[in-house]
Amino acid sequence: MSPTLRVRVWRGGAEGAFREYDVPRRESQTVLDVVTHVQRHLDPTLAYRYACRVGMCGSCAMTVNGAPRWTCRTHVDKVAKGDRLEVAPLKNLPVIRDLVTDMREFFDKWARAKGQFRGEKKRSDDFARVSPAAERRKLVDAAIECIGCAVCYSACDVAAWNPDYLGPAALNRAWTLVNDERDAQQAARLRAVAGDAGCHSCHTHMSCTDRCPKALSPTAGIAGLKRAVAAAALKGGL
Amino acid sequence: MNVRGETRLWLAQRASAAVLALCVIVHLVTLIYAVRGGLTGAEILERTRGSGAWFAFYSVFVLAVTVHAPIGLRAVLGEWLGWRGRPRDVALLLFAMLLAWMGMRAVMTVFA
Repeated sequence: MSPTLRVRVWRGGAEGAFREYDVPRRESQTVLDVVTHVQRHLDPTLAYRYACRVGMCGSCAMTVNGAPRWTCRTHVDKVAKGDRLEVAPLKNLPVIRDLVTDMREFFDKWARAKGQFRGEKKRSDDFARVSPAAERRKLVDAAIECIGCAVCYSACDVAAWNPDYLGPAALNRAWTLVNDERDAQQAARLRAVAGDAGCHSCHTHMSCTDRCPKALSPTAGIAGLKRAVAAAALKGGL
Repeated sequence: MNVRGETRLWLAQRASAAVLALCVIVHLVTLIYAVRGGLTGAEILERTRGSGAWFAFYSVFVLAVTVHAPIGLRAVLGEWLGWRGRPRDVALLLFAMLLAWMGMRAVMTVFA
């Protein structure tokens, strides 16, 4: 192992260039450690985003050697090509500066996919009892751990081709609510996730599933949405 | 196009894909079986002309292609060329009519 890592870091906005830095290599070093070293010791003007450092908050995702990854849980040993590392902002999102992207459109699309829970019960009503063994509940469990890091969105070809496409994370969120038996806006949600901007544009390339750091499968959720929308359409409920 | 229309197109493409999967298998198996000893154009026409069953089969084949191909092309035009909206759908409707005309012309020639 070389004692120094040669790191190319994107500097600038949509227009910009890579700048190279030499960073001391350490054991169990993460990509976020590398970026933090650059900012704290080599160039304090570098802009990047992180919070929890333990894979919970979803704020530190970047493009590492060409692939989107959560940098706090990505070890340099796993991704460096020899002693070289390239760190860039996430794709498919506007770059604000350096490694920071504008996430507004990403989260606005969650709202557009009706990613909000809306129940019917009042405070005076009894608790809704949903069995952990229920089939729909199991589908929710399989998809609910999304941390909103936008790695899937950055990896998605359809998001690159179609600016209106809601994207894997928003559709995955919608899928958890489609399977939430307490939710009261099912028909409106199916309308929101259908069509050219929604699940029907997915080509099942599975890049989202391949790259999801939480090992979720948005592809499976999107396929589920296609079935749910088709069933609603055939029953005349769309 | 509204989401109901988009969903119908998606259903039509999936259904036509299922029909095509069957049609292509039957077509290829028949082709390989029929030409195994060598076959001339005249011999083919001698066998196929007047066959109601094959006429119906290939008519379904052409219909499935007419439905399937333009819907797939619609996504390609939208994603790769950024061409969306009504003019694209009108152009694809014309393309579907062209496919149907060319396909049925061939079917009529070989099987009618």
